[in-house]
Amino acid sequence: MKLFWLFVSSCCCLVFLSLGVDAVELNYQLVPRQLSSDTYVFVGKTEDFSFENGGNIVNTAFVMTSAGVVVIDTGSSLRYGEQMRQAIAKITDKPIVQVINTHHHPDHFFGNQAFKDVKIAALPTAIEDMEREGGAFSDNMYRMTGDWMRGTEPLAATEKLTADSLNVGDHKFKLLVLQGHSHADLALLDEKTGVLFAGDLVFYNRTPTTPHADIAKWLDALKQLEQLKFTYLVVGHGEVLQDKRAIVQTREYLQWLDQSLKASAESGKDMAEVLQTPIPEKFAKMPLVNFEFSRSVVHLYPALELAVLKPAS
Amino acid sequence: MWRIYRLGLMALLPMNVLAIPVDPLNSVQWTTMYNRFLKDYPVQFDSRVQVLAPEQAENSMQVPLAVKVEGLQTIEEILIFADFNPLPKVLTFYPQQALPFIGFRIKLQQASPIRAAVRTADGWHVGGKWVDAAGGGCTLPSAARNSGVWESQLGQVQGRIWQQPSAQRVRFRVIHPMDTGLASGIPKFHLEEINLQDATGKTLAQIKPAEPVSENPIFSIEFPKNLPLPTLHISGRDNNANKIKAELIP
Ligand SMILES: [Zn+2]
Repeated sequence: MKLFWLFVSSCCCLVFLSLGVDAVELNYQLVPRQLSSDTYVFVGKTEDFSFENGGNIVNTAFVMTSAGVVVIDTGSSLRYGEQMRQAIAKITDKPIVQVINTHHHPDHFFGNQAFKDVKIAALPTAIEDMEREGGAFSDNMYRMTGDWMRGTEPLAATEKLTADSLNVGDHKFKLLVLQGHSHADLALLDEKTGVLFAGDLVFYNRTPTTPHADIAKWLDALKQLEQLKFTYLVVGHGEVLQDKRAIVQTREYLQWLDQSLKASAESGKDMAEVLQTPIPEKFAKMPLVNFEFSRSVVHLYPALELAVLKPAS
Repeated sequence: MWRIYRLGLMALLPMNVLAIPVDPLNSVQWTTMYNRFLKDYPVQFDSRVQVLAPEQAENSMQVPLAVKVEGLQTIEEILIFADFNPLPKVLTFYPQQALPFIGFRIKLQQASPIRAAVRTADGWHVGGKWVDAAGGGCTLPSAARNSGVWESQLGQVQGRIWQQPSAQRVRFRVIHPMDTGLASGIPKFHLEEINLQDATGKTLAQIKPAEPVSENPIFSIEFPKNLPLPTLHISGRDNNANKIKAELIP
């Protein structure tokens, strides 16, 4: 709807809009929330990318170890990464020694440029995907957030994470190599603090997104995360909680999505009819549920409808 | 003498002006579309012609679309077009024995109204919806062109017939790259005609897809419950005279 509005409005309106944003100096107003003596999170809005939020819709985090600071995900733009770095510098004067990207989606790695003097690590498949899809992501992000992206060029992680744990100073991170939200999703459990960084495998009160999803694998990943003992669960999008509510919510939504799309395919519905599926009351208040559901139909329905057709003779 | 001449002009002019109804979708392309596709018959916007499509295209090369018509009799054809596509004409459906329903996916070059014009004895009944799109749907090469695996499967058909409470639903897919001719270096190559026939060779419905119909199109159509459909023959051709021929058994 927003984009439609932009389309029909005149160029003057667009200029006016971007001037309006410039006036507030494109500040993400990143304020870290402290989870433990050495762990902080920047909690993003539960919205879609927009000219107003500039892409600050994601959770990023940092951990201060005895050897320096570990940054987990770098946000949606060069500017986000820079402002994140400034916000970290207000908390600690320790150097940043390690950056980790949980997966290849732009809101999790487009701030990498601000950390190019630091080792940036990710799962090998995620690195390949960043390299392959970064350009297309970038076009989209410029379209959706405009000036906030200025100067941003996708910078893929360079260091491949292949071990099952990572030691930095006095912190040991258990590395869980999972998939389902994307082709390679990394979750990190900080064994010192018990904080679980789940990336986009878990959403809370923000409808999960599925452009690269494999629902069966995703549900499997959630099963594994649910077995873990943690003090805090840092989700990719949504509030940080101390219990498993976010895992349960993400699982229930994905199960409903999967079952309702399969039932639609099985009953011969056309994709345009599937878009009309009523959202159960349980999820109806989740931000962006109508929008994300209709996106998910386009992502997931083609394989399901094909599976119920038979070769003609 | 001048009076008669003037009266004649009066009678002609307002008719021509009134014949173009005001577009409820407020598209600057409406008059062009009217002149291109609709001007030979009276036109009315009609809520009985429903276009189902998303507000926003998640994938400009695969935008879901269905047209449902309720309460209109003796339908000659259903013409679907998208005002702002470089090739606006999407498809013509001649329902004949089929119910006035069709679903498939299209390529959208940019935000555009998608319209269905249903022609009956009293002229065109038009419904439509704006769909926003990031763009490029018509000028990008098809996925098959990138992967290069389509040739061995060209024209293959998969499908199924469902017995539903109110209709017999048919869905079928045809392997075809559906090249628009607008992607650089790839000539126009698309399905032009698909005929659905019964066992005796009688045509039950006809679909004439144009360039914007998506790659490997998957069509949904419906026949009435009382139409015997022991088998459904699907035949057709593309603009390079490649033939498709297949048979669906319920
Ligand atoms: Zn993601």
